[in-house]
Amino acid sequence: MAEKIKIALAGKPNSGKSSLFNQLTGLNQKIGNFPGITVDKRTGVCQLSDYQQAEIIDLPGIYSLYPRTLDEKIVAEIIADKKGAHFPDYVVLVADATNLKNCMLLLTQLIDLRLPTVLALNMMDLAAQSGQSIDIQELSSSLDLPVVMINARTGQGIQELKKVIVESFNPSRKSVFQIGSEIKSLVRTIKDRFNLATEYEAYQFLQQTDNLIFLSKEDREYIFAQAKAGQFFPHKYQGAETVMRYGFIQDLLNKVILKTSDPEWKKFSYRIDKVLTHKVWGYLIFFTVLFLIFQSIFAWAQIPMDFIDSSFASLSNSLAEFFPEGPFFDLITQGIVPGIGGILIFIPQIAILFACISVLEESGYMARVVFLMDKIMRQFGLSGKSVVPLISGMACAIPAIMATRTIENWKDRLITIFVTPFMSCSARLPVFTILVALIIPDVKLFGFFNYQGLVLMALYLLGFFAAIFSAFLLKLIIKTQERSYMIMEMPTYRKPKWANVGYTIIEKTKSFVFEAGKIILAISVILWVLASYGPGEKMSQAEQIVKDQSFNLQLTEDELQSRIAAYKLEHSYAGIIGKTLEPAIKPLGYDWKIGIALVTSFAAREVFVSTIATIYSLGSTDDEQTIKGRLKSEINQETGGPRYTPAVGLSLLVFYTLAMQCMSTLAVVKRETKSWKWPLIQLAYMTAVAYLSAFIIYQTLS
Amino acid sequence: MERTKSVADMKPGETAVISGFSDDIFSVKLLEMGFLPGTAVRFNFKAPFGDPVCVSVSGYDLSLRINEASTIIILN
Repeated sequence: MAEKIKIALAGKPNSGKSSLFNQLTGLNQKIGNFPGITVDKRTGVCQLSDYQQAEIIDLPGIYSLYPRTLDEKIVAEIIADKKGAHFPDYVVLVADATNLKNCMLLLTQLIDLRLPTVLALNMMDLAAQSGQSIDIQELSSSLDLPVVMINARTGQGIQELKKVIVESFNPSRKSVFQIGSEIKSLVRTIKDRFNLATEYEAYQFLQQTDNLIFLSKEDREYIFAQAKAGQFFPHKYQGAETVMRYGFIQDLLNKVILKTSDPEWKKFSYRIDKVLTHKVWGYLIFFTVLFLIFQSIFAWAQIPMDFIDSSFASLSNSLAEFFPEGPFFDLITQGIVPGIGGILIFIPQIAILFACISVLEESGYMARVVFLMDKIMRQFGLSGKSVVPLISGMACAIPAIMATRTIENWKDRLITIFVTPFMSCSARLPVFTILVALIIPDVKLFGFFNYQGLVLMALYLLGFFAAIFSAFLLKLIIKTQERSYMIMEMPTYRKPKWANVGYTIIEKTKSFVFEAGKIILAISVILWVLASYGPGEKMSQAEQIVKDQSFNLQLTEDELQSRIAAYKLEHSYAGIIGKTLEPAIKPLGYDWKIGIALVTSFAAREVFVSTIATIYSLGSTDDEQTIKGRLKSEINQETGGPRYTPAVGLSLLVFYTLAMQCMSTLAVVKRETKSWKWPLIQLAYMTAVAYLSAFIIYQTLS
Repeated sequence: MERTKSVADMKPGETAVISGFSDDIFSVKLLEMGFLPGTAVRFNFKAPFGDPVCVSVSGYDLSLRINEASTIIILN
């Protein structure tokens, strides 16, 4: 079989590039990383013919080679680096046939770079509906390149596109952009120095010196020095280039568009816009949509999550019976199997959220959400697109942070990622309900408002305001070179394509399980080791020691086992850390037992409840009444009063509202920001905010 | 001399011709998106808080912030 050829898909956002990518590669997709930027690298394998395979790379959606966001820089880098691993043999430019003009700018740049490019005219059906008719023959001969009509949604024309590539074609011989005479000699110098094939490539070296990472430092300095000597001003020339290209495009379109589209065809879309961006209906509908999304991740995901939870618990139990005893098998049954369960449990929420988001994106509604929310969110350093992640964060921060991918601007995205974990997620609820029930009396204010309910609501609001306040703070702190743009296309409303929704779900789930999952598994195994092993002989002899101590107590077998578990946890490494932490957390009103729970619940907040149950010798119960009763009777040795006073309880509630306390969130932030820098800053910041707030609460109330 | 008008000064339903830009850095991006001197721009509607705005230019609909729209100078 012949060697795999490389094909890059290029085109503007909303041109149907992703649909074409899904059509070409099906499930043979791989998500990887580009070095230095945060956008995912989507590649896939496509069988072009019986004898020819191709590697397809889906480039970020762009209007021109000049990047608008950090992530778009990668396109110039890939296309200008002939020796690079991703340099394409062929480029497929996907164009939206209903709006050819804006798709052609990039095409003319590719032509000038002499890249063998085929123009794939997508959405011909819509173009026909709009009354437009295009002379394809003329278009193809004027541009001197193959043109294929496709429908990326139904798959029509894909075979022909494959055939064009398999049969091979030469790059267009046209040259659209004429480099001005005043910089001609400068461009030639660069072209000769780097042995480039075209002058336009040399011109790009001058324009985008900093974006071309493959250039060495010396090369860059050389280019800068030449540019300075030759009085080359990137911005001035970019503007002139664009105007010249559009001049060419307009002439071409005048020739090939036989009949222009009837503006009436968008009437339906405008009519929908009238309602969806209305100052009352618009927000009302949007908040209903948000509520539905929230409700579906919060409620519907629970059923599959419970199923995953119980399946892994029984798997772990049956494996334990099957394996002989020993530390290695314990690691598998108690460390690794529950660890994997702890990763898979997020899949329902991720799948549901991304199903919703991709429907919003595909239908064109997401652009309207941004339109409605941009002004409000901008006050806090967030973008219109931050709303969906923030609200989703109230169900779970993991899918929410993954959903920030849709925010193009790096600063806006980073701030959204940073503040989303403040939103009170569903894992906080078990902690909240136990503690609120414990310290807040079940009485009604004015015989109407339940105090417990009010406190619960206050905690949600606290998380919300912490998020908004932190966003505002970060807006002032984070400096960025990237200017915030919000020039965004308002696509015509369309029916979502369900296959694309499915591919999105698979892609997001895969990238979570295989990338963030590794970190989650590692941390959960470490936490398990910390809670199950300890120094010295106390751990191995725990059973004997507890039996000796409680000899006279006539305990049942269950009670004895619970006591042993408590004893073991106390003397484990986690127990030692909890005790070491005691001086640090005493000002918050906590003792070492709570300290242990703080350590173990770093895995996930709800672990607080099960740890507390173990440490108070309640066995593995999660019955709220039992735990509540036990906590109520716990005595503070120093004061002689109850351990869980309202001050301690509120301090804990505030701590759990604000602290990071979730390794999975850290793992997913690491994956989304592609470095440990931000998750660690976030962990430090949230812990500090939580500590200070809990400190203030406890000290004022006690 | 009359003050120059920009897209930000337009009213819903109004159409005007683009004559230039008042911000160099934005202008490069605006040009790429199809805001070309000499072409017509139609102001469709604005967001409930007056920002951003939705306009039609070069055959498609775009939303842009008021501060971006105010750098697009129009003839009228």
